[in-house]
Amino acid sequence: MTPIVEFKNVFKTYDGETLVIKDLNFEVERGEFLTLLGPSGSGKTTTLMLLAGFETPTGGDITLEGRSIARMPPYERGIGMVFQNYALFPHMTVAENVAFPLEARGQSRSGIAAKVERALDMVQLGGFASRRPAQLSGGQQQRVALARALVFEPSLVLMDEPLGALDKQLRERMQIEIKNLHKQVGVTVIFVTHDQSEALTMSDRVVVFNDGRIQQVAPPVTLYEQPGNAFVAQFIGENNRLQGRVSGIEGTTCRVDVEGGSVLATPVNVSSVGEATTLSIRPERVEINPDPGAIPNIFEARVEELTYLGDSLRVRVGLDGNGNDDFVVKLANVFGRSDLAPGDRIRIGWRAEDCRALDAPG
Amino acid sequence: MRLPAYASIRQRIAYWCFIVFCALVFLFLVAPLAAIIPLSFNSSTFLTYPLSGVSLRWYEIFFSSTAWQLSIRNTFIVGTAAALLATTLGTLAALGMSRPNFPWRGVVMALVVSPMVVPFVITALGMFFFFSRVGLTNSLAGLIVAHTALGVPFVVITVSATLQGFDRNLPRAAASLGGRPFYVFRRVTLPVIAPGVTVGALFAFVTSFDEVVVAVFLVGPRQRTLPRQMFSGIRENIDPTIAAAATFMMVISVFLLIAVELLRRRSERLRGLRK
Repeated sequence: MTPIVEFKNVFKTYDGETLVIKDLNFEVERGEFLTLLGPSGSGKTTTLMLLAGFETPTGGDITLEGRSIARMPPYERGIGMVFQNYALFPHMTVAENVAFPLEARGQSRSGIAAKVERALDMVQLGGFASRRPAQLSGGQQQRVALARALVFEPSLVLMDEPLGALDKQLRERMQIEIKNLHKQVGVTVIFVTHDQSEALTMSDRVVVFNDGRIQQVAPPVTLYEQPGNAFVAQFIGENNRLQGRVSGIEGTTCRVDVEGGSVLATPVNVSSVGEATTLSIRPERVEINPDPGAIPNIFEARVEELTYLGDSLRVRVGLDGNGNDDFVVKLANVFGRSDLAPGDRIRIGWRAEDCRALDAPG
Repeated sequence: MRLPAYASIRQRIAYWCFIVFCALVFLFLVAPLAAIIPLSFNSSTFLTYPLSGVSLRWYEIFFSSTAWQLSIRNTFIVGTAAALLATTLGTLAALGMSRPNFPWRGVVMALVVSPMVVPFVITALGMFFFFSRVGLTNSLAGLIVAHTALGVPFVVITVSATLQGFDRNLPRAAASLGGRPFYVFRRVTLPVIAPGVTVGALFAFVTSFDEVVVAVFLVGPRQRTLPRQMFSGIRENIDPTIAAAATFMMVISVFLLIAVELLRRRSERLRGLRK
């Protein structure tokens, strides 16, 4: 099946000098929930604007359903869009807002009324048709924006940080609701966010942006478990980093010399002996006081700080012989695990599979 | 504004001085207007106090004399036409200048607003020389063009101020939903900025309504507007008819202000900004 959207060697610059998008290539599959994730200024919003038609690419091509849309005005693209601040028309009622895309397409009055009603029922706002946007709560406004973007049955809907303005609890509820709507309607969604947990919760696949380039395109599990480079490892979830140099590679493992010892790791971005590398270890994959010889990488350490997080305990330790005293171990809050105190001497260790040798900084 | 309970003696004195000062400002603003109204009902032929008796004779003259009638008609024709033109042009100018990529914004803005800053007499003189070349003197059309130029700055300023708070994502959202540019303007942009446009239109009308300098330069006896007619009334024969005319203009102005304020409130309510 052909992808619904395809970016081919897309470049974008606003001032003719700095590129905000550098050689962008990716495909969006029909019906998937794809998230563009990245820090601010990484190019994710520009990518969305290029797709919506509010910006034109400086170079390259974008196709929608196989047709080039790089020079097509937004009103001919037929793409639904949900904005961060909702962008509801303040002088129109909820029903008039939702009817707007149908009226702009010159559909018949009776057909419009029925579709508007169905769309409002879909977002559970059946009784709010005659209210004005200013009389609704943030979550309700968000639902109106969703109904408005879906009512003309577009094959693609773009969402630009739509939950950014909501409080945490409401945000989590809307995440589930949007996800359910996506399943129910079967529409393709491209979602922009800078919140990595939101990206992991909602997406089929995530495109991680940094500095105008794609860092990795992968399903959430792969992104977290097998980050492709140091940026992704650091941006998605917490991770401990150790700088070192490769001293040997044997098949699926490699040996890396770090300050204060030597580590057995899984090579990802290293291919030759002598290369500089960043080792990435997830805090929850680190064991405390493992049996000697049970796992290959064991370090002597000192407990620096304990942070109680309710469901877990965050232990910051300093590794002996290593300048890094910001090594974090996350312990699940299970019975009998809270007997640590700052200053305690412990051993920590991790498996080679949980320690990925990624690219070195710079 | 109330004094807090902990105010010191000095603060209390300052507070009362402030109240008195404000009252004096209001008196200064309103007294000249208030003074002219009774004179229009005076039965004497002199424009002076004390009043000798109450009469509507000056209103009778005002509304029945051909010269005054003509000037009332001219004033409303010129005012309405100039306000319509100025509002259309000024709104378009403000919209254009609000675009993020508009070049030379400061210079263009200064040029558009210049009729407000340049003394009217200079504008009027310039217009007189220019208009006499192209045959626009002694015609209502010429006066309409001139008053349009004087009214545009007010529209540009009020509409620009409204556009400051205008959400740029609204037209974008409308475009993404399938609205072509003109449809988006008609259904979204214009209704949202309508309060600013209405106030601008009022200012443009009032500018024309009480404009006398340009009128002195540009028009002949057949195109006299109310202020222009009052001006010759004062010069030639000072009788209380001009007091009646002045009262009439005040009533119209107050009526306009109230009407526009009500319109503005209604549109704010419709936009859900006010309950």
